[in-house]
Amino acid sequence: MGSRSGVSATPVSNAGVSLTKDEILRYSRHLIMPEVGMEGQLKLKQAKVLCIGTGGLGAPLGLYLAAAGVGRIGLVDFDCVDLTNLQRQVLFGTGDVGRPKIEAAADRLRDLNPEIKIDTFEAHLTSENALDILKDYDLVIDGTDNFPTRYLVNDACVLLGKPNVYGSIFRFEGQITIFGYQGGPCYRCLYPEPPPPGLVPSCAEGGVLGVLPGIVGTIQAAEALKLIIGKGEPLTGRLLLFDALAMRFRELKLRKNPACPVCGEHRTITKLIDYAEFCGIRGEEAPAPPTTAPEITPRDLKARLDRGDNLFILDVREPHEYQICNLGGHLIPLGDLSRRAGELDTSREIVAHCRSGKRSAEAVEFLRRAGFRKIWSLKGGILAWSDEVDSTIPKY
Amino acid sequence: MAIKVIIPTPLRAYAGKRESLDVNAATVGEALAALTSQYADLKKHLFADDGRLRSFVNVYVNEEDIRYLQKDQTHVRDGDTISIVPSIAGGAMD
Repeated sequence: MGSRSGVSATPVSNAGVSLTKDEILRYSRHLIMPEVGMEGQLKLKQAKVLCIGTGGLGAPLGLYLAAAGVGRIGLVDFDCVDLTNLQRQVLFGTGDVGRPKIEAAADRLRDLNPEIKIDTFEAHLTSENALDILKDYDLVIDGTDNFPTRYLVNDACVLLGKPNVYGSIFRFEGQITIFGYQGGPCYRCLYPEPPPPGLVPSCAEGGVLGVLPGIVGTIQAAEALKLIIGKGEPLTGRLLLFDALAMRFRELKLRKNPACPVCGEHRTITKLIDYAEFCGIRGEEAPAPPTTAPEITPRDLKARLDRGDNLFILDVREPHEYQICNLGGHLIPLGDLSRRAGELDTSREIVAHCRSGKRSAEAVEFLRRAGFRKIWSLKGGILAWSDEVDSTIPKY
Repeated sequence: MAIKVIIPTPLRAYAGKRESLDVNAATVGEALAALTSQYADLKKHLFADDGRLRSFVNVYVNEEDIRYLQKDQTHVRDGDTISIVPSIAGGAMD
């Protein structure tokens, strides 16, 4: 661990590791508090932390770990920066849109702290590469956004005996804990199985308050720093729930499940498995459930409207989505359809649409069962309409 | 006896957008039955076809997981809070 500074180091050493004069100045607000001090700062310098995901959670995590002087930070991500990321992924700037996240993140963290080493893994974490990527790090921070990767990270950490600082978010709620710390409970102790894909909230219910991953990610960073310096009370055996809307934290007991298949007494999972299959997902994407609903393409709908055909446009999105953009349709959110189907005329030709085509297909299937025959779902929804017919309609 | 049931964000859409609900019940099972009788759509999100609580949904009485108490037979008293805590994965979905 050579110093990059030309200034000769003050020889304060810990197993041959020391801080340079520049580093002492940089970390002075840590060094002057006894809970960190020189001993803690040298531990940070020697620490190796792997951040899985550089998105909403990974952004604040990466920034604070780098700023704090964690000596080696590994970043795993495969994605490119997208304009929709900037609402919460504070590692990136507008100029980064289109760049690989890993590259933009590494540049930002190296600029923030050139004293530390950044390892980049531009890859999907898989059962094939996970153990190899994780094995060199002291602790792992799970900042991913999907169930298969979360179970993969958990199992790999349990198999390797590494603590996993966990955070997950939904809209304005977060869950945070440390799994697998000193033989403590793991993710499978908390949730033995993921929800089947059909019960995962759809895009109608998605979204996230931009500051939420900032709060949850910084809590993860705080826990990681505490584990490294060995101070305080780690968030293990406790599940911290945060609700930004109520601005309330709650804490629940998290127990080790003796029957846990990966960390329990009679383990049945002793190596990494197929996590897409475990989560009921075939292939890369969440499955588009085969729809039996008749569909109409945006171009065909446009042609029929131009011909003057008397079509009734039914919008099955939520009112707040209607405010973003609309095709002037009659709004009945999918969830209200069974109650409000009476507003529709079975004798009219109806085209239902939503954002991407999934909810409208469900609506059409429902209405066909209710006796509607001249009804179609707009294929690809308002997104496809924007792409193929009217580019002035904003996408979201 | 009034028991407060806290509905998590992902399930509020199936519970009339309520954040919490007061029910009268002597056990966790009774409280959840009262909830799903009022909001039928919640049922498939909480229970599998065999009637057991789904394995990605945990239920707590105050701070304790009912899996380590008497499960749905766990007694509740006036003033207790039942929390339904489902697994969330995000990130930002879609």
